[in-house]
Amino acid sequence: MNAPDGITDDTRLTPLRLIIMLFVLTLAGALGWAVCSLPEYSSGLAVTALAELSNSGVLNPVTAAVLNYRGYDTLLEIAVLLLAVIGVWSLAQAEPPAAFEPASPVLLSFMRIVLPLMILIAGYLLWIGSFAPGGAFQGGAVLAGVLVLLRLSNQDFAIWSHEVWLRFCLVLGLSVFIAVAVGVMAGGGKLLEYPRAHAGMLILLIESAALISIALTLAALFVGGRALSDEDSSSASENGVQPK
Amino acid sequence: MTLEPYLLYALAGVGLFAIGLYALIARTHLLRKILALNVMGTGVFLFLVAIAYRSEPVADPVPQAMVLTGIVVSVCATGLALALAHRVQTTTGRMVLPENDESGA
Amino acid sequence: MNSLQTVFDLVLVLALLWLAWHALAAADLFKGIVLFIAFGLLMALAWMRLRAPDIALAEAAVGSGITGALLLSGLARLRRLERSAQPHIGREP
Repeated sequence: MNAPDGITDDTRLTPLRLIIMLFVLTLAGALGWAVCSLPEYSSGLAVTALAELSNSGVLNPVTAAVLNYRGYDTLLEIAVLLLAVIGVWSLAQAEPPAAFEPASPVLLSFMRIVLPLMILIAGYLLWIGSFAPGGAFQGGAVLAGVLVLLRLSNQDFAIWSHEVWLRFCLVLGLSVFIAVAVGVMAGGGKLLEYPRAHAGMLILLIESAALISIALTLAALFVGGRALSDEDSSSASENGVQPK
Repeated sequence: MTLEPYLLYALAGVGLFAIGLYALIARTHLLRKILALNVMGTGVFLFLVAIAYRSEPVADPVPQAMVLTGIVVSVCATGLALALAHRVQTTTGRMVLPENDESGA
Repeated sequence: MNSLQTVFDLVLVLALLWLAWHALAAADLFKGIVLFIAFGLLMALAWMRLRAPDIALAEAAVGSGITGALLLSGLARLRRLERSAQPHIGREP
């Protein structure tokens, strides 16, 4: 199996590549020198972050930083996730289910055992994120793994054919986040300034919504295109799109 | 002089960044460029977390939170880049950028 | 104890750099992607060493799991397109 189906990449050391390598090495040297000149000890923002932890509503400093101190950052990040899906959906259509081979019985029985466990783990990671390592991103990734497995075994047609629900769930995280961010202003706070008494509850609410959206977003990226709804697939076959 | 762990990992982050940058420029296959972007991003994350490691008694949570969001964003960027590469292939029929050594060197 | 940790750090860092280089230099794209997934899993170990268990969890699930699946499905799609474009060069008879 040499030169796998034409995907060879020229790796010879041409003069141009030598120049690129010299440039990259110079850059790396400069960066390395800058790294070495950093002070050996610096607390950064750790002291402030830990001092405010009791006001943040959670006990895990990283979750506090993600959803409270730097909530604005995370809000925009969830928006970026949505934009990525919009981009992918406007670029391509998902492969029709016929493009996949039927799932093997081994995979199906494996999934029967593993999928409930994975869903449980996703929920557990979400819950434990408030006081130990974990949170919406990790849980969302595990839940996305469930959807990827369903995709690989051709069992997920129901998920991608309900376009209204799909879109609702994709924007759920962002809309709940924005609703909370603006909602706290009604109580006299600033944007994303959670009232101290309800901070833990609000963070859990945002995280639960974000978990669903993150999982669906990652799975939608894996599917790699807009799923064909029933009308689309009939018109696509008329136009001769998606030849196998 | 003993090698502090943060220094070792920060330098490794610089190394990963350099490896990724070289491959991003020098390789012509789009899928390999996407891999290179991921390696570059991981180098930056490693550097940030190594810097956060310096604080005692616990590591600085703020850079860690930034890296956490960054990892998820880089996955999304990968997905979008793969869709774009797929589009390039369906449009032009190939996924390898043309190489013109003669004009460049 | 301390020198043992230094040895561990050194081995881990060298393995990371080696994997990153070979993931990007492998002639076979499939091999490159598999090396990249291994790289992601070792990164999870590095995050644990740097006292960042939150990131280690995310890297293990997202960085190597979902990214690996994305890249492999992207490669499969690429080869399918190539095969349909040039049926006489395809690997299958």
